[in-house]
Amino acid sequence: MSAPTTTPATATPSTKPVRQLGDRIFAGSATGAGVLILIVLAGVAVFLIAQAIPAFTASPAELPGGKSLTAYIGPLVFGTLLSALIALVIATPLAVCVALFITHYAPRRLAQGLGYVVDLLAAVPSIVYGLWGVAVLAPASLPFMTWLQDYLGWIPLFAGPVSATGRTMLVVGVTLAVMILPIITAVSREVFLQTPKLHEEAALALGATRWEMIRMAVLPFGRSGIISGAMLGLGRALGETMAVAIILSGSGIITFNLISSSNPSSIAANIALQFPDSTGVAVNTLIASGLVLFVITLLVNSIARWIINRRREFSGAN
Amino acid sequence: MSKAVHAKDLNIYYGSFLAVEGVNIEIKPKTVTALIGPSGCGKSTFLRSINRMHEVIPGARVEGSLTLDGKELYGAGVDPVGVRRQIGMVFQRPNPFPTMSIYENVIAGQKLNNKRAGKKATDELVERSLRGANLWSEVKDRLDKPGSGLSGGQQQRLCIARAIAVQPDVLLMDEPCSALDPISTLAIEDLINELKTDYTIVIVTHNMQQAARVSDFTGFFTIEGTGKPGHLVEMDETKTIFSQPKQKATEDYVSGRFG
Ligand SMILES: Nc1ncnc2c1ncn2[C@@H]1O[C@H](COP(=O)(O)OP(=O)(O)OP(=O)(O)O)[C@@H](O)[C@H]1O
Ligand SMILES: [Mg+2]
Repeated sequence: MSAPTTTPATATPSTKPVRQLGDRIFAGSATGAGVLILIVLAGVAVFLIAQAIPAFTASPAELPGGKSLTAYIGPLVFGTLLSALIALVIATPLAVCVALFITHYAPRRLAQGLGYVVDLLAAVPSIVYGLWGVAVLAPASLPFMTWLQDYLGWIPLFAGPVSATGRTMLVVGVTLAVMILPIITAVSREVFLQTPKLHEEAALALGATRWEMIRMAVLPFGRSGIISGAMLGLGRALGETMAVAIILSGSGIITFNLISSSNPSSIAANIALQFPDSTGVAVNTLIASGLVLFVITLLVNSIARWIINRRREFSGAN
Repeated sequence: MSKAVHAKDLNIYYGSFLAVEGVNIEIKPKTVTALIGPSGCGKSTFLRSINRMHEVIPGARVEGSLTLDGKELYGAGVDPVGVRRQIGMVFQRPNPFPTMSIYENVIAGQKLNNKRAGKKATDELVERSLRGANLWSEVKDRLDKPGSGLSGGQQQRLCIARAIAVQPDVLLMDEPCSALDPISTLAIEDLINELKTDYTIVIVTHNMQQAARVSDFTGFFTIEGTGKPGHLVEMDETKTIFSQPKQKATEDYVSGRFG
């Protein structure tokens, strides 16, 4: 609310509009909360940068691995992005399908039950998924990975040789996919449910089948929601620590070979594994890798926002 | 193009609730038929049963016979999707697809039919449909802009363009002007007058003058009380309905003496 411009300047010395106490308290606390978040974020950034500087200035010989900082962090960044990307590529289409099934195909009873299960799955701690990955998925996927090597081995991704334990990048990716599936599903389901009846009926009345109606009305409307959900999932996959740490034994290499026994680790998993035994510059190096993770997450989020905003005109929000 | 609709003893249900009972109506090709009646008497319900949009609502169903040029619309093995491609519909609130441009909105139905026309033919279709809906001059310079950026009246005409782009046999309109200002309303009424040379049009309206202005025939629906089914009281030429209807109920309603 802006001050009415017609108020004569002589009426009162203060031109501020009168506001209710409750309104003022709410506005104040909301602003406070917003500022607090910014302060915390800035504090984290400052901490990370300050603690990472010694690693940037140290001579290569002092660093863990004994080579340069990029040689140390590079494979970790690669491993982080690769595992998260695999997870995202597997989970997003699946999540959209599950959400569509729940909202548009399943009978109401079943839909409700499935909805609960999905919400429940989203609340399971990641260590549980990690244990499942290492104890169940890794051994169970061995035949499948062998098959991949035999028939699709000409694709560098599946060059092999297959890891005997089954603890591979592919298994990590699938585990992460299962982990982020519920959150992407939950977010997509919410937006699909909000598709205006009006637009669904517009499509149906034009003679759209159910699937065509979904493509014309539901998916375009839910597009930004799907992207938000995928980014939430990606954020979780990027930062996932325990699942990656217990499945992979990282070896600081960069490879697209998803099914062999030598794999890069991820930033978060590496920090968790190395931190207890590190001292001095090694700690600073780990924090520097944390800073990189911080920047990656910020970038991912900005890209997502940019994608959502690019077609805002067409979002139906106007 | 332009076919006759014939309903015989049509009962329309929402689950176990009988909303409309025993409709017998004959709608001739290339005419405008107005459906009038008090709120809740089942005009929209009947209209939506004509293009099988009624059954989109869970539990909704229809009994009796409804034919399009003699072909049973509710017969076994008739695909509702096919019916809707023949019988277009314009809704009370304008509903262009917000994620599509004006151009894409017009050809949305065409795309569904999987007719892969060339760029030139598609451009022509868009122009023809928009001209048909009296919208062309207003939007020809911004076809790539979103349809939701138009005014309410323009959006409604865009919806009409979208509906006629697939050249349906029948065009159904459920209170197409109720969300519009008088000028846009007149524009759409003029349009209806032009469209009837090509299409069979059925329009639901609460506006008696509108019914008198645009329609050749008028059907009057009413309802005895809440919970009772609505029914068609009588249907006749519009001027007969408004000057000397056969039923007392119709006369009371059109002369404004209705409860
Ligand atoms: N989705 C629905 N589920 C159950 N009952 C419904 C539904 N839609 C309408 N009805 C009922 O069917 C009856 C007819 O409704 P309908 O919408 O066809 O009336 P109408 O004549 O179009 O009224 P109006 O002039 O207000 O639009 C009403 O009793 C209404 O409550
Ligand atoms: Mg109605």
